[in-house]
Amino acid sequence: MTDFERRSIISGIGQSAVGRRLGRTGIDLTIESALAAVADAGLDLTDIDGLASYPGAGIGGEGFTGPGTPEVQDALRLNLNWHSGGLEGAAQIAAVINAVMAVGAGLARHVLVYRTVTESTEQGSGGRAGIGVGSGDAGVATKGIGGPFQWSIPFRAYSAANWLAMSAQRHFHEFGTTPDQLAMIALNARRNAGRNPNAIYRDPMTLADYHASRMISSPFHLFDCDAPVDGSTALVVSRVEHASALDHPAVGVEAMGTALRGRPSWDQFDDMTTMAARDAGAQLWTRTDLTPADVDVAELYDGFSFLTMVWLEALGFCGKGESGPFIEGGGRIALEGELPVNTHGGQHSAGRLHGFGHIHEACVQLRGEGGERQVGGSVEVAAVANGGGPIAGAMLLTRHR
Amino acid sequence: MAEVEADARFRVPPALSDENRSFWTSGAEGTLRFLRCQACGYYLHPPSPRCPNCGGTELVPEGVSGRGTIHSFTVNHQAWDGDDTPYAIVLVEMPEQVGLRLTSNLVGCPLDEVHIGLPVRVVFEHRGDVWFPLFERDEP
Ligand SMILES: [Zn+2]
Repeated sequence: MTDFERRSIISGIGQSAVGRRLGRTGIDLTIESALAAVADAGLDLTDIDGLASYPGAGIGGEGFTGPGTPEVQDALRLNLNWHSGGLEGAAQIAAVINAVMAVGAGLARHVLVYRTVTESTEQGSGGRAGIGVGSGDAGVATKGIGGPFQWSIPFRAYSAANWLAMSAQRHFHEFGTTPDQLAMIALNARRNAGRNPNAIYRDPMTLADYHASRMISSPFHLFDCDAPVDGSTALVVSRVEHASALDHPAVGVEAMGTALRGRPSWDQFDDMTTMAARDAGAQLWTRTDLTPADVDVAELYDGFSFLTMVWLEALGFCGKGESGPFIEGGGRIALEGELPVNTHGGQHSAGRLHGFGHIHEACVQLRGEGGERQVGGSVEVAAVANGGGPIAGAMLLTRHR
Repeated sequence: MAEVEADARFRVPPALSDENRSFWTSGAEGTLRFLRCQACGYYLHPPSPRCPNCGGTELVPEGVSGRGTIHSFTVNHQAWDGDDTPYAIVLVEMPEQVGLRLTSNLVGCPLDEVHIGLPVRVVFEHRGDVWFPLFERDEP
């Protein structure tokens, strides 16, 4: 138990238009979400003295990275006491975690945090590219690939779809997990998206639809993979003292999980059925008196559906290897179930906002602003997790009192 | 050990360096090699300048049996590189050390017969400066 996290709140949230091929620039979308978040926090741009993002510019295609922090700082003419952007760390949510640390350390009072993607516009009408064969890596095919990807790309394992498919296959083998159980993640997401006016895919999906979707990399069907979109999500992390100035409930930061104890590799990690989520998830509970039974809603990363199962186990909502039976039939993780999961529709049906959609939704639920998809009763505690494979980060958020 | 005909139309090659060359060219002698600590016997993969097990720095590429078992796999259907023929990506664990694994491809095996636990042995696909270690079913 520590009180460090509780020095911070999430005081405001904002989201730009989200959709397929919006044809708008990343900075344009970012300004939209940032202004919304700052206004929601009851602040002016002049109050913002910290800025954080994931992953920062220059580390991949612009559709993936969004604008870097210097571009956003300049566009909004922010005066910053602290700023940070980067790809390495506890997954996408590391940007929020970094902001909490900056506020806790007294380096900043109000940190604007954002994640912007324009992957749908960048992709255009073509298919999703794998690493090493995409337009952004034109030199790789001739010069060769170095670094960690040299151990997968030469074997045509181009995508996280391939790497995580092997993780899922191992889970199937060790624990008897079935394709029908896996399907529940996508089906649950689609059902929830039907109640979210901002989701991109809202038509009902049946188990037969799921199985009819084409195979990408066994056991992953197309509907196990998230849907690239354009959109920006922003939030403001503030000192806890700001809570009383808000016209809505503040979201409290209760605990964070950032640990990585296994080998940071997609294929050398000791336990392929869980990987880094195991470490970040376990660490999270060492920093709070709350337990998994206290969690009212869980927004668990689903870049590939299997990752939500990994997080259910890693965060202790079910036993190791038991996520298949836990989600069987979908009732337990439904909006009206004992642990509603990915209440906005996840990245499958609400779009690949790359972890920040989950963070945003956790705040929406804690504030009671979910509309048709609001979880019943009082939502006091939300778990949110990002990442997969050797990359993982998690936070426990509360309705601030 | 055998060399095989090019299994795929296209492979992105590794960028060879002093650190990784011994691995990617080991097929030239028909043997799969990993860097091995001479003090404690630990195999280092990927290659690294210091043994993480004992701190030893006398590290030498050494051949292994080339046999292993499929720790996990996936049959890929997505045409990432323009080729839409399904193929098997496998994660092979070597018997020489727990957790010593290679991502690779299983060749010469019907895709519906790939399964976890399948015994396999290395074969090399030679292209340019590189011998890609692939695997085939290890028939008894
Ligand atoms: Zn050693």
